[in-house]
Amino acid sequence: MAKTVSQIILDASKVDKVGVEERVARIQTRSVKGTSKVQGLKMALNMIDLTTLEGKDTQGKVRQMCYKAHHLHDSIPDLPAVAAVCVYPSMVKFAKKELRNTSVKVASVSTAFPSGQAPLEVKILDTKFAVDQGADEIDMVISRGKFLQGEFQFVYDEIAQIKEACGKARLKVILETGELTTLDNVRLASDIAIHAGADFIKTSTGKIQPAATMQVTYTMLMAIQDYFAETGIMIGMKPAGGISTSKLALHNLLMVKEVLGDEWLTNQWFRFGASSLANDVLMQLIKCESGIYASPDYVSID
Amino acid sequence: MKRIEILKTYKIYIGGQFPRTESGRYYTVNNSEGKAHANVCLCSRKDVRNAVVAARKAQGAWAERSAFNRGQILYRIAEMFEGRKIQFIDELTQQGQTKKAAQAEVNMAIERLVYYAGWCDKYNQILSSVNPVSSSHFNFSSCEPMGVVGIIPDQQSPLLGLISLLAPVIAGGNTAIVLASVDYPLCAVTFAEVLHASDVPGGVVNILTGALQETAPTLSSHMDVNALVTSNLGNEVNTPLQVAAVDNLKRYFDYKQDWNNSSAQGLHFIGDLQEIKTTWHPIEQIGGATSSY
Repeated sequence: MAKTVSQIILDASKVDKVGVEERVARIQTRSVKGTSKVQGLKMALNMIDLTTLEGKDTQGKVRQMCYKAHHLHDSIPDLPAVAAVCVYPSMVKFAKKELRNTSVKVASVSTAFPSGQAPLEVKILDTKFAVDQGADEIDMVISRGKFLQGEFQFVYDEIAQIKEACGKARLKVILETGELTTLDNVRLASDIAIHAGADFIKTSTGKIQPAATMQVTYTMLMAIQDYFAETGIMIGMKPAGGISTSKLALHNLLMVKEVLGDEWLTNQWFRFGASSLANDVLMQLIKCESGIYASPDYVSID
Repeated sequence: MKRIEILKTYKIYIGGQFPRTESGRYYTVNNSEGKAHANVCLCSRKDVRNAVVAARKAQGAWAERSAFNRGQILYRIAEMFEGRKIQFIDELTQQGQTKKAAQAEVNMAIERLVYYAGWCDKYNQILSSVNPVSSSHFNFSSCEPMGVVGIIPDQQSPLLGLISLLAPVIAGGNTAIVLASVDYPLCAVTFAEVLHASDVPGGVVNILTGALQETAPTLSSHMDVNALVTSNLGNEVNTPLQVAAVDNLKRYFDYKQDWNNSSAQGLHFIGDLQEIKTTWHPIEQIGGATSSY
């Protein structure tokens, strides 16, 4: 069943860039209104990985974010919680404690995030540390440098070994598409990550621009679809970075529905990596309810 | 052969750019002879929303500029305006004014800009105070801009009325969303071009055209707009706007003024759109003597 890397390279389809852009442009002309909009927005909230990945992160910041994760805006009844919070390994234990007795998972970045420029042993230790601290999910970065040098076997093996180190934690593989330069590369990296054992593929670290463009996400969704058609195994998708408006979130959901279908429309299989998206969605929901445009002054800070 | 004139598309001004309305709609403005003169954007509430987002984004940086620099920029607007006087006079006469009245209005508009340019680095000193208190505190009050301000100028004074309201708003570090006169929107859009060429950062002034009954309620109820300034709208228009403005306790000012009057300007137009922040600063008190700062 497992394909060799050279077979993956041979099989990877080339991406029709013009076609992708056209398809994406068509999706982006659509507008979602009324009750479907409210449902879509609530669904989007439930798929967010609320993220803080900064050198200046403190326990206070993480505590505030964890509280927000399951108290998004208490004056709107029946709001879902977000899917997970995403933090550095050093904050996992603390976040886990803050989120006990909630449905919110804790995801941790690892493998020398965001650059990934560290020896494999360090990356494995980094991952094991996060898992031992209680992380439910691991967000790893691939070695983009090696990938661009053509050392695909190295990239594949690395992912496979990190997957092993994850144990029960689900593995999201960050391709950092902004550094891969072409959609063909994005497609190949997706295929390698999926075959090497990724549970999720994720666009970006959020540290590099461009991040989760619709074109890139579409390309990755196609890789997931092809793999599903071939094997019947579902892989999750997580666009991250640059999705800060409700409209863009809804367009992403539309795209997932049309490319992969309804089964993917749960936070088991689809996530948004974002920090400011939640507030924009909340303001839209307030607007839908009251008919009045909302102000960020009335929702909690990111 | 007669040359066919190239007509100008009057677009709106949001965030330092000239987009068309998001709704794709337009209405036709006639000249004084009743002939179609121009097609103008018929803005929707979404344009208002976009303008508020742009104004909010620009506000912090605009308020943080030195007062002196804001003064320079206001003066620059007057300079650029002066260079395009003829176009404004032409547009005002197209809209039915006599040439003489149009000239007078344009001159006064420029002078008003210079007037408020001068106030930029002075109003805070005059409106601020050091307050006597009976405890060991150094107590002082100073101005801070309110933030994002909506402006609905006098519908019959499309140029001077607009500038008379706008200049004190931006002089005080606020950013603005202006709903141009419905019947006479041309010089508002041309004024946006002047702003664009005057080092005014994008988003500090946003100008929309279209029907007030669509755009004004959205602006007055928007929770992220801090104040609303109107002029001579009449109670029928004003009252519902005032009611809608209550939700986030917007400051609301309706000025009943003849803007052609040379005295229709002053410090209070700036002061109305400032919040006063008072600071209690503990100081040492020595032996019951007066404060020793």
